[in-house]
Amino acid sequence: MVFARNQWYVVAYGEEVGDGLLARTVCGEPLVLYRTGAGEAVALADRCVHRRFPLSESNRDGDRIVCGYHGFTYDPDGTCVAVPGQTRVPRTARVPAYQIVERDSLVWVWIGDGRGDAAAIPRAPWLESPSYTTVRGMEPLAARYELLVDNLLDLSHETYLHAGYIGTPEVAQTPITTETDEEAGVVHVSRRMKDVECPPFYSRSTGIDGRIDRWQDIEYHPPGFYLLHSRIAPTGVEPGPDGDDSDAFHVEVGYAIVPETETTTHDFWWVARDFALDDAEVSAFLHDSNRTVVLQDVVALNKLEKVMASEPAGHQELSINIDTGGLAARRMLQKLTAR
Amino acid sequence: MTPGTNTGRLRVEWSPGSDRLTGICHCGAEHRADDPVEIWTWLLAHPDHDTD
Repeated sequence: MVFARNQWYVVAYGEEVGDGLLARTVCGEPLVLYRTGAGEAVALADRCVHRRFPLSESNRDGDRIVCGYHGFTYDPDGTCVAVPGQTRVPRTARVPAYQIVERDSLVWVWIGDGRGDAAAIPRAPWLESPSYTTVRGMEPLAARYELLVDNLLDLSHETYLHAGYIGTPEVAQTPITTETDEEAGVVHVSRRMKDVECPPFYSRSTGIDGRIDRWQDIEYHPPGFYLLHSRIAPTGVEPGPDGDDSDAFHVEVGYAIVPETETTTHDFWWVARDFALDDAEVSAFLHDSNRTVVLQDVVALNKLEKVMASEPAGHQELSINIDTGGLAARRMLQKLTAR
Repeated sequence: MTPGTNTGRLRVEWSPGSDRLTGICHCGAEHRADDPVEIWTWLLAHPDHDTD
């Protein structure tokens, strides 16, 4: 597999990058991340230019990193400023520095050539909005990232893999509408359920005890950014003619699907809600429930990765109507990796 | 969105109560099938596709 290069990827949550040296691999490229005294997030290649010792297992001296093996010392821009036992620093002594942008509490890294256009980074404004409360986490996935893309573009699996949490029979029974925006490079998948059962994930967090109208509107921004706009309201509560939908509950579920290696993935996830903003019990419930759901996917996809690894190349898959969005996502990914 | 109003958009609707998919190209052409692979192949063949 070839990674989609010349792309922005989420590399960390903002709060993960601090005084310590954080190791994280994206698209097979090992990085070390830290924050300078001025608050700037820095990402350097996680290998000393001398003998490849991981800089993430080294030490900081102010804004500099001092290699824990022989003391090669690097500035935040990757320039080596000191080597052991001599005053002359070799001209080629430099580690690559990666372009970083922090937006919506996410730390993005440019994996590719030159400099990326920060305006191309997709947004998730509710992550920092005072009108929303967010819980989030990250789970390691021992499977290729395309399997998680497939999984998230087809939510009919909720009925079977996530029963008792977010899955009810109606999810798999409700037709979907799929749209690709070729110019923006986005896949949209929508499923609108009317007068359906309320799954525990939503009944316990919103307090709704009857039937609901449930909307799922997915935005997938290849290669690795996924937004699920979820609307839950008691059946019959419709948006007003002016579009006012304040009587509904809104949950913004999101994932950053970040390839670590060819067969492992960083599975960043979050749940932002516009109700019960200060209710710690609701936060704890949504955090634990969603993490359980994510781990159910992780277990399933880890199994799938093993199956795929044991198969001869060229295995023929079967696709049905629920896969319409997933097929659209695959095609966009193929275009990006072919560049 | 109204189909055909944005030159970059391709749409696939799943007809409620049936197994049929309707592909709607940005040029307004439509194609029906019960296989998403066939629908995407048809949509991506634009402009060399015919209306049903």
